[in-house]
Amino acid sequence: MPWEEVLEGSEAVALAIKACRPQVISAFPISPQTHIVERLARMVAEGELQAEYVRVESEFSAASVVSGASLAGSRAYTASSSQGLLLMTEVLYASAGMRLPFVMTGVNRTVSAPISIQVDHQDTISLRDCGVIQLYVESSQEAYDAHLAAFKVAEDPCVLLPVMVCMDGWILTHSYERVCFLSQEEVDRFLPPFKPPNYLDVENPKSWGSYAEEDVLMEFRYSVQKAMTCAKRIIRETWQEMAQLTGRNYGGLVEGYRIQDAEIILVAMGSVAGTVKEAVDQARESGQKVGLARIRCYRPFPHEELWEMIKGAKVVAVMDANFSMGSEGAIAMDLKAKLYGRPSAPLVVPFVAGLGGREVNTHAVLEIVKSARQCYESSIHPLEAQWVGLNAELLTE
Amino acid sequence: MGSPEKGKREELFVSGHRACPGCGMALAVRHILRATGRQVIVVTPTGCLETFTSPYGYSPWRVPWVHHLFENGPSVASGIAAALRMQKRDHIRVLVIAGDGATFDIGFGALSGMLERGEDVLYICVDNGAYMNTGGQRSAATPLYASTTTDPPGKLSSGKVQEKKDLPWIVAAHKVDYVATASVAFLADLRGKLKRAMEVRGPRYIQVDSPCPSGWGFASDLTLEVGRLGVNCGLIPLLEIRGGTLTRVRKITKRIPVEDYLRVQARFRHLFAPRRQQAELSRLQSLADEKIKTYGLLKG
Amino acid sequence: MKLSIGAVVRGGSSLGYHTGTWRDRRPFLNLEKCKACGICEEVCPDGAVRKTQEAYQVDYLFCKGCGLCAKECPAKAIELVPEGK
Repeated sequence: MPWEEVLEGSEAVALAIKACRPQVISAFPISPQTHIVERLARMVAEGELQAEYVRVESEFSAASVVSGASLAGSRAYTASSSQGLLLMTEVLYASAGMRLPFVMTGVNRTVSAPISIQVDHQDTISLRDCGVIQLYVESSQEAYDAHLAAFKVAEDPCVLLPVMVCMDGWILTHSYERVCFLSQEEVDRFLPPFKPPNYLDVENPKSWGSYAEEDVLMEFRYSVQKAMTCAKRIIRETWQEMAQLTGRNYGGLVEGYRIQDAEIILVAMGSVAGTVKEAVDQARESGQKVGLARIRCYRPFPHEELWEMIKGAKVVAVMDANFSMGSEGAIAMDLKAKLYGRPSAPLVVPFVAGLGGREVNTHAVLEIVKSARQCYESSIHPLEAQWVGLNAELLTE
Repeated sequence: MGSPEKGKREELFVSGHRACPGCGMALAVRHILRATGRQVIVVTPTGCLETFTSPYGYSPWRVPWVHHLFENGPSVASGIAAALRMQKRDHIRVLVIAGDGATFDIGFGALSGMLERGEDVLYICVDNGAYMNTGGQRSAATPLYASTTTDPPGKLSSGKVQEKKDLPWIVAAHKVDYVATASVAFLADLRGKLKRAMEVRGPRYIQVDSPCPSGWGFASDLTLEVGRLGVNCGLIPLLEIRGGTLTRVRKITKRIPVEDYLRVQARFRHLFAPRRQQAELSRLQSLADEKIKTYGLLKG
Repeated sequence: MKLSIGAVVRGGSSLGYHTGTWRDRRPFLNLEKCKACGICEEVCPDGAVRKTQEAYQVDYLFCKGCGLCAKECPAKAIELVPEGK
């Protein structure tokens, strides 16, 4: 039976994973992901979830265990944050290259140094190159839905890549929200058992992990890019199917909020979108034509969908909760790259907001809107991002 | 002359791999799979064995095989073992066949985790005493005073100053059921140890001394001779340790001085020329004497 | 030939690569001296010595000429001769 419950975001994720019937789970604890894997451990201990739970000695091993399980033909799951995600980097590159379709949660938390357990997107953004699909969610409800979708997308024969559902630590994982759950029957119909095209099988022995010379390596890399491109369609179709099933329609790879006639469009990802939507409403009330394009799938980068949403706007204000030191925020970089050369592309004004848990409230968002408008009206094309709320007094000369 | 007999025994590690001529490791792997049979899945971390068996399109492995990364052989194997249990396919056994670089150094943490968790994996270290795949850099398995490219002898050095990490006993300290040391020069002994290891479940470890003609500096037809010398001088004891206790040793049939072993390998040449390094040679002899005494390696 | 998904390779496909081209000397097996003990087959790192109905035979497609069979043969029945003679 489907049901509704007010519960912690982590619990919702654990229930999503349970419903997807993974055979192998492995994780190393790290705040703020730990509640998810503790919930799953309890489910296994109580016999509510039939799975092997491997309590490893590091995140490197956690990702490796799920890779091994996936190679052997089992559906597998892991989760991490921050330092742990970085430690998994090598494994994720290798597993994407080997086309292993496991699912993981990237519970967003900033990275050392200085150390902090607060949220920004630096950790998952740092993994954007490796061939892992990245979905970003705004709410615990969407986190539940996204994990179900993730397995389906990952295991699709034209995709076969790991999928990471990125959700803001503490804000989503540790807060309570009312979440609607599907029945186990509904999930089983939506997500049939895992049938990999290749797996470790003594009847048909194969070898994984070849080394590839210069005559074929580029083609192997290209085939991952091709899978990513195919994934855009699969992700869109999967969300459409989920919308039929749940009645919750978030849109495709990008959610448009009051986009229709917007002159100023904010671009953001993650739970901050909730605050941005409030600010959009306030701006609309004061007569400003403002909207939000919330990126729900960051890799593959949905530039086609973004273009359809923003092409009519005057200015786009990109809010990055991450920064590539020495250059730019990642979303701003990706977006500007795909807009360059498009005739009458709107002005893009880059902002960095919310690093290390710095609060982004509606006031800050409205300031971003104001700043973006000013740039447009003065024909200023800022090359450097504006760091929102930066306290200059703390900085040495 | 007659045609090759239709194999009673199927070769599970076939020809066409790219090991150096005379490779001790390749010979070990043929016999490992001979002893385990085909109902196995093998994980090999990065190293010589992985590289010479996996150019794209050419695999000698007639069993399912995976090379993932360098430091995670034990973890990948743990994941495979877990999946097999969930799929009720765990009559298929999981092996890691790894070099000393992956085992003693970069994968040491993952190995300890695997042992501590009690994973059902047979871990075999084919030990050639250095990072041979990349030209022979020093590992924790490199013997005392051996020359390697990152720890070469010179005016201020006589090669590696640390003794070989005593990994079999470190593994045994995890209280695993089966630990053994073996040598590719004693193939029947190796196969016997593999068979006994396969009889039980849980974490098991076998370390196989695998002489390396290219890296140790001897002619390719001397691999087994060098292996025998290493065992017969006492530096490479052949042991079985069960539940943390020494249960079996293979006695030395014909004891030889350590020098006879060192002389035939270029990696120890600096101990003899340009001048004889007596202090180092004496220390190596004492090491061998100590092992012979500790393990009771001589008859009588 | 099209690339496989994830660079997976069929097991045993190394038989398509003839390492015999590496040799600069080849083992010659003297059947008169051979006692069919099987040690040559046992010690070849490349599996390039095969059992036949009568005795043993070298597979020259794969033999790298390392000489272990000759060295270890108790009957001294294997001789290494330069390749090309």
